[in-house]
Amino acid sequence: MADTDLHTVLTILALGVITLITRSFFLFSDRPWTLPHWAQRGLQYAPIAALSAVVLPEIVTTQGQLVQTWMDARLFAAAAGAAYFFWRKGVLGTIVTGMLVYLPLHVGLGW
Amino acid sequence: MFFLAEHRRRPEYREGITDQGSVAMGIGAWGLMTGVAMVQSGMSTLEALLMTLIVYAGSAQLAAVPMITAGAPMWVILAAAFCVNLRFVVFSAHLRPYLMHLPRGQRLVSGYVTGDLSYVFFAKRYPHPGRDAEERAQQQAYLMGNCAVNYLAWMVASVVGVFLANVVPLSWGLGFAGILALVGVLCSLATSRLRVVSAGVAGAAAVAAWALPLRLNILVAIASAVAICLLIEQVQGKEPGHG
Repeated sequence: MADTDLHTVLTILALGVITLITRSFFLFSDRPWTLPHWAQRGLQYAPIAALSAVVLPEIVTTQGQLVQTWMDARLFAAAAGAAYFFWRKGVLGTIVTGMLVYLPLHVGLGW
Repeated sequence: MFFLAEHRRRPEYREGITDQGSVAMGIGAWGLMTGVAMVQSGMSTLEALLMTLIVYAGSAQLAAVPMITAGAPMWVILAAAFCVNLRFVVFSAHLRPYLMHLPRGQRLVSGYVTGDLSYVFFAKRYPHPGRDAEERAQQQAYLMGNCAVNYLAWMVASVVGVFLANVVPLSWGLGFAGILALVGVLCSLATSRLRVVSAGVAGAAAVAAWALPLRLNILVAIASAVAICLLIEQVQGKEPGHG
């Protein structure tokens, strides 16, 4: 069990401030200001882009390297989850289906 | 602020709870594994709990923990966390017109508690900011319903993870449930052809630019996907996307 030290606690507090600053970055100022029109249109593509950018590397890479084998539980689990979604809708079912594929392959077969 | 009665009594608050409830299990599994990972990387129980309660940003926490235990300079750790969180800066630009009717304090708290999935559900549910006070109050109630579930699922699971750190092996990969939650939400957002293009470009760019430091690949991916979609819009003469 590691010890707690003051420097680390200060770092944690500062990290909390970073969360506040980034999540509320454009919410601080009271001055009237609107996004340029092209940016407003562009923002409708941002949420799905952000998700895809976070998710895809977690599924198809290991330590930044593209997976070299199809024997990787993540590939099958993600495909099964997505297939469930387009079949039935519903995120909960996506998670359950994906994990039902993932756990036996990953824990059982070591993929 | 998701504990306010003025939000809780509105039906949109419950709608937000239901929507976010569909991903709560994934968020919980992800939070659990984040808690486990922090302690297994060498943080003390108290540090890991403070990290969970104060920082409340899973990807930034996971990026910062190895640097903290390795004794990296504080400014490097903070710069890394800022970069990992840069997508939230984009989200806050989007949320600004929805939240500007609130006093600054409430805006900042709202921003602080709005994580990835709360933002995504909100942006999907309300393509345009409310036109009058009633609509704005409904939207705020929906957002706070989402945030309440997200916050509770994450916090409870993370704290459990911190205490169970020596019981749950990371090798089980339970955290993958969090990725699957994101996969589900991603599929639900794929409502127009250009959005599918956006997801494809961003995913490919994020993999290709993986070598960039501080997870800047995510920002590069978002920027290139949005730019390409805007270009295609121009060429095609505007196909307005919905939702």
